[in-house]
Amino acid sequence: MIPELGHFALILALCLALAQSVFGLAGAYTRRTEWMSVARPAVAGQFVFVALAFGCLTASFLGNDFSVRYVALNSNSALPTFYRVAAVWGAHEGSLMLWILVLSIWSIAVAALSRSLPDTFIARVLGVLGLISTGFLTFTLATSNPFLRLLPPAMDGNDLNPLLQDFALAVHPPILYTGYVGFAVAFSFACAAMLEGRLDQAWARWTRPWTIVAWMFLTIGIALGSWWAYYELGWGGWWFWDPVENASFMPWLAGTALIHSLAVTEKRNLFRSWTLLLAIFAFSLSLLGTFLVRSGVLISVHSFASDPARGVFILAFLTLCIGGALTLFAWRAPKLGSSAGFELGSRESFLLFNNALLVIAASLILLGTLYPLFMDGLDLGKISVGPPYFRAVFLVPMLPLLALLGVGMHSTWKRARLAELKRPLLLGLAGAFALALVVVLIAYGRVTILALVGLTAGLWIIFSALRVPVSRLLSRQGLPASVLGMSIAHFGVGIFTIGVAGVEAYKIEKDVALRPGQSVQIAGYDFAFRGVHDVAGPNYNAIEGEFDVTRKGALVRVLRPQKRVYRVQTMPMTEAAITVGWTRDLFVALGDQLGGDAWSVRIQYKPLIRYIWLGAVFMALGGLTAASDRRYRPVRVTDTLPAKDATARDTP
Amino acid sequence: MWRYLLPLAGLAILVVFFFFGLQREPGTIPSPLIGKPAPSFSLPSVDNPAQSVSNADYRGRMYVLNVWGTWCIGCREEHAALLAIAHTSAVPFVGLNWKDERPLAIQWLKELGNPYTACAFDADGRVGIDWGVYGAPETFLVDANGVVIHKHIAPLTEEIWQRDFLPRIRAASKAAP
Repeated sequence: MIPELGHFALILALCLALAQSVFGLAGAYTRRTEWMSVARPAVAGQFVFVALAFGCLTASFLGNDFSVRYVALNSNSALPTFYRVAAVWGAHEGSLMLWILVLSIWSIAVAALSRSLPDTFIARVLGVLGLISTGFLTFTLATSNPFLRLLPPAMDGNDLNPLLQDFALAVHPPILYTGYVGFAVAFSFACAAMLEGRLDQAWARWTRPWTIVAWMFLTIGIALGSWWAYYELGWGGWWFWDPVENASFMPWLAGTALIHSLAVTEKRNLFRSWTLLLAIFAFSLSLLGTFLVRSGVLISVHSFASDPARGVFILAFLTLCIGGALTLFAWRAPKLGSSAGFELGSRESFLLFNNALLVIAASLILLGTLYPLFMDGLDLGKISVGPPYFRAVFLVPMLPLLALLGVGMHSTWKRARLAELKRPLLLGLAGAFALALVVVLIAYGRVTILALVGLTAGLWIIFSALRVPVSRLLSRQGLPASVLGMSIAHFGVGIFTIGVAGVEAYKIEKDVALRPGQSVQIAGYDFAFRGVHDVAGPNYNAIEGEFDVTRKGALVRVLRPQKRVYRVQTMPMTEAAITVGWTRDLFVALGDQLGGDAWSVRIQYKPLIRYIWLGAVFMALGGLTAASDRRYRPVRVTDTLPAKDATARDTP
Repeated sequence: MWRYLLPLAGLAILVVFFFFGLQREPGTIPSPLIGKPAPSFSLPSVDNPAQSVSNADYRGRMYVLNVWGTWCIGCREEHAALLAIAHTSAVPFVGLNWKDERPLAIQWLKELGNPYTACAFDADGRVGIDWGVYGAPETFLVDANGVVIHKHIAPLTEEIWQRDFLPRIRAASKAAP
């Protein structure tokens, strides 16, 4: 009964999504208030029914209803409760449900927090959001219904993929999707502005907080994924450049460019058509990510052959959605010429470089990700593009971006006034270089260009980011949340850069064969293998190794890596043991039994790796702070502030 | 103002590629090998380098050649079905471990079960090239005269086995007494 209720709720949600888009868009077009006023209640109703459907699916998982095909395929009666909830989005059908739920949450937030916006504008925004929702609901109901029954019911379930039975990966999809789907709001604002034929600074001010919050979630989501891959896959890497990761990283790059370009549009009314295009790109790349990951068109052509209907459907939806927006763009954007100029060295020019470099980075990744598909399509053979390509090409736009960041933060709008700042900035750079050199020589005893450049850039960005908040605090001046947020986020970029430079330049990875009683030394640490014993978990059996890690005779930590076999899927899993530190991680993973009591063991020394995720946390925190700025708070006014007024209230 | 149409043109190109990418269902591409003698091979066995596996060992018998690798997700997907089919099938299953590492392959067979009567180790992928393999998993059916009579690309399932393989096996064993 519950699954049928969920299925029915999903159908009702689709009807409401249709009403939302038709009445919203047609109402705004014909300027009928009574039609437009349907959009908001339709959003609320849609949210209720989507939440109900999602709740029904969750209830089927919690109640171990193995007569539901999707539950039987992805859960098991021995699966712990927490993972039974996480299993809801453990596979294709459920992730779509999550996508739709997140979209309806964003929609209801937009509907609730947009009372101060013009009626026709918000009706169009909700209309476009309704169209997106209609597409996804139709897709789910037509090709990927999670409520299908299984006859006869399964005795027990297939269990959740053991790789996904992990805290970080259980919370990773909801957070990542919140980011992905959040760009739908920026996209809808852009489409509404183009339909409305109105694109001013007020528009940029409405769009900015939504975009920043979506970007913040995406940042955290990607960082969680990276952290999970680090400790769960057993390889100790933090980024693999695989298509799934790239699919989440490309919208992030486009979103980062969008945040910066929106700043220019809000403050100076420039870059308008470019900002529109970026808003379309950010969401298109999110959709493309969903398409690539879900259709399997890239990852494995083979597994895809089983269900071509899904791929064709997503592709058609993608084409309509992005194609529609780009057609609108080609129609409206030519009228959006900007007249105001700016000097080289002004903030506008730095943000222009920022945008160009971020878009180049995203394009290079897109090219690498799609290249195998093009080659195959042109019958030039099947090839795969690996991490060496991405690592090399990604540095090309990123190094200048980091170098410009240190200066750009202090630039001023319109005119170049960098001459006054030359001295403190150069001093900061020299200080950063000296500090980096000292750190490299004393801590690692070995100079590599990568480490030196990376640490210098990271430290310089940190100094640069701290300059404004520290001087404002010392002189007891107020600090607007948006400026503080910018400083925190850029501080995070510095921390992140230091982490990447440290781990890439000085990591040590060693695969050794050890018998109990033997030990191995790495980076001044002594790893003594004590032996293995069996451990039983709730739905797995494991062999647990024991390693005493000592440094100069003093015990640092006892590490217990596991090799798990999950009972239902009989899939062996490596649970690495990691000791976390401010300067390094020590990582031990158990490999295979080599015969007798010897084991192959992978031991890694990862300097500064925590700073990678810490940097991402700061970036997200900065986003949150900036989005909380007072000028984004909804104010009840009859009409929006005229554009000229906004420039007058400029913050530095 | 043509430049404002450029993004749309870019999208159109992408869509065309995606569309054909989706249509290229590899199973529909006929193998040039069908109806031709199977390329001969003699390779070391996966579990014992000293032992060799050759298709000459199967002269006069029908056999299935399954191409796999531990790096291949599709192979993991089909493995349970492969075990079940090989267990009940009268036709021997020969494995071709393709572009793989020996310890990983041994580990795989130990942990997931071994459906093969013999498994050859094709580290550099030469034999794979001879057989026209361009992705794993692929499964070939060779008749008693050493002629390839069917090729399946993508993970094998019980349904596919019953639909595509069994009728051919029955027909071929009737033809050759």
